[in-house]
Amino acid sequence: MSKMVPVPSNSIIPERDLDKIPVLETKHLGIDFGGLTAVEDFNLTIGRTEIAGLIGPNGAGKTTVFNLLTKVYQPTRGTILLNGTDTANLNAVQVNKAGIARTFQNIRLFSNLTVEDNVKIGLHNSVNSGMFSSILRLPRHWKSERAAHEQALDLLSIFDMQDLADHEAGALPYGAQRRLEIVRALATNPSLLLLDEPAAGMNPSETAELMENIRKIRDTFQIAIMLIEHDMNLVMGICEGIAVLNYGKIIAKGTPSEIQNNPQVIEAYLGKQKEG
Amino acid sequence: MKKISKTTRSNLITYALVIVAFVVVQSLVAGGQVSSSLKGQLIPICVYICMAVSLNLTVGILGELSLGHAGFMSVGAFTGVIVAISLQGLPGPVRLLLAIVIGGATAAVAGVIVGVPVLRLQGDYLAIVTLAFGEIIKNLLNNIYVGVDSHGLHFSATDTASLGLDNGIVLINGPMGAVGIEKLSTFVAGFLLILFVLTVTLNLIRSRSGRAIMAVRDNRIAAESVGINITKYKLMAFVTSAAMAGMSGALYALNYSSVLPKKFDFNTSILVLVFVVLGGMGNIRGSIIAATVLTILPEALRAVNDYRMLLYAIVLILVMLVTNNPILKNGWNLIKEKLAFWRRKTPETAEKGVGADE
Ligand SMILES: Nc1ncnc2c1ncn2[C@@H]1O[C@H](COP(=O)(O)OP(=O)(O)OP(=O)(O)O)[C@@H](O)[C@H]1O
Ligand SMILES: [Mg+2]
Repeated sequence: MSKMVPVPSNSIIPERDLDKIPVLETKHLGIDFGGLTAVEDFNLTIGRTEIAGLIGPNGAGKTTVFNLLTKVYQPTRGTILLNGTDTANLNAVQVNKAGIARTFQNIRLFSNLTVEDNVKIGLHNSVNSGMFSSILRLPRHWKSERAAHEQALDLLSIFDMQDLADHEAGALPYGAQRRLEIVRALATNPSLLLLDEPAAGMNPSETAELMENIRKIRDTFQIAIMLIEHDMNLVMGICEGIAVLNYGKIIAKGTPSEIQNNPQVIEAYLGKQKEG
Repeated sequence: MKKISKTTRSNLITYALVIVAFVVVQSLVAGGQVSSSLKGQLIPICVYICMAVSLNLTVGILGELSLGHAGFMSVGAFTGVIVAISLQGLPGPVRLLLAIVIGGATAAVAGVIVGVPVLRLQGDYLAIVTLAFGEIIKNLLNNIYVGVDSHGLHFSATDTASLGLDNGIVLINGPMGAVGIEKLSTFVAGFLLILFVLTVTLNLIRSRSGRAIMAVRDNRIAAESVGINITKYKLMAFVTSAAMAGMSGALYALNYSSVLPKKFDFNTSILVLVFVVLGGMGNIRGSIIAATVLTILPEALRAVNDYRMLLYAIVLILVMLVTNNPILKNGWNLIKEKLAFWRRKTPETAEKGVGADE
């Protein structure tokens, strides 16, 4: 890990964090589902505190990329380097421990549990009290529960959600559920946070607030964030680098203004948007 | 947080319910106001409460279907009998305690053997495998002979004669089951076992491990995404559940002079599952109430013997209708909301107490 890896040319914003190992680097990443190649030759590098966007039309393979990075699916081809280390032998749990946390396009909360418990589950690997100390209610249990309680409320305060701590997660409004997923992911202390359509179902004022908060999260936690989003205001507003995916392949990479003016992108993606 | 959390209050009510019920029954027994048939039911009621609570840990909290809970009960029962009867020198309560502890431990081992290969898989394999496990244990016990003499324990798979006992006693006699048991179980022991099972279950649920178990139940992919080892927590819940079933089995067996292996068959597993389903998945207090009512009911209905099973079935159907009826459920929620509203309006009634949520 101490070896310096120069950021290769496939970085979206090559000038950033040149001296540091990138948080993520994929090489020729790909997956086939039966005969369908969902993602092909996916090369991307994300700097340590970068906010990156992954956009593309429906079915382009964006969520599949997240599923590959988090090992929900095992890649058919290619390598994923997380903080300079190959994740080939890691499973979904180990990838999270190694530093990737995510949210889901189709919200996956622990919906029968409270908001606070959802965040505490995110804190699972940072609080330590085993089964026996909990059953016997030893001091260790109380200490770790208190710590988890405080940390959970702290994290919820990012989105001003402390007052919802006792609410059932599944009963929250849509926007709040999306925010809770972000908090739960952050609780695992990641170095790379993957957000799959975080603004989906949010109204414009909620979206504006979310943009502020995504920036705030990056600044406070000093982590990298990669997000998939169809809301172009959000993507162009906060992403420092953007990769465009079409039919499983990256067709363009660059800054928001470069992407906006790229004729291929306009044809494949923005053009389609205008029609719809 | 100023209030005692909802879960804490609910747990306190559950403990209070068990303790009050015990005190009331105990004083009624002392006053001679309990019929002998009901008195005979007291220990089985305790056993079925423990069985239901422990199965709820697997079915309601972990969200995995087990169809062979009686198999673990059986393992605990027969181990418990061997322990209790072969330790003649010790006082009764100590033998009972050891029988329960070792019965539970053996059932836990059985839980590991069943759970390790199956719980790594996704899907409803556990139901099939536990179903098979229950049947295998039953058939195995039908063919096991155990005796004890001054040289120690003797095992055989053919008959009692081949045990080669030197003036000893036969403990387990194949299809005749465990014979010559001393009745060591008491209602007080049953009550204490309920408290134990309840404490283990409720404390486990409200802990870091319990949250992980429920996370696996609610959303496996999300649980993995936050770094929770699925297999570990599935096993934890399942083995704990099996151990407590084994303990219940030991208490059960030591309440009779003999116990047949076929007592712990598929029907018993389903009976316990019915308690859990009717009491509500994940609802521990519900399991306790359902186990109690449905164990007493068939006896109480003996007066109308001809219609007994019919009435039992009607009660089951009514309970199902009531607990799953959306109109009644909405009505009940409405009442609860109203109550919560009035409670909020009168702040002095809000409980002040223990600092944090836990
Ligand atoms: N498990 C799977 N098995 C087979 N095909 C799959 C699987 N997962 C995804 N696909 C296919 O891969 C392609 C990419 O899907 P993906 O969900 O990644 O798209 P997306 O870019 O996230 O789209 P959207 O914007 O609609 O969320 C689609 O054609 C989809 O049908
Ligand atoms: Mg998607």
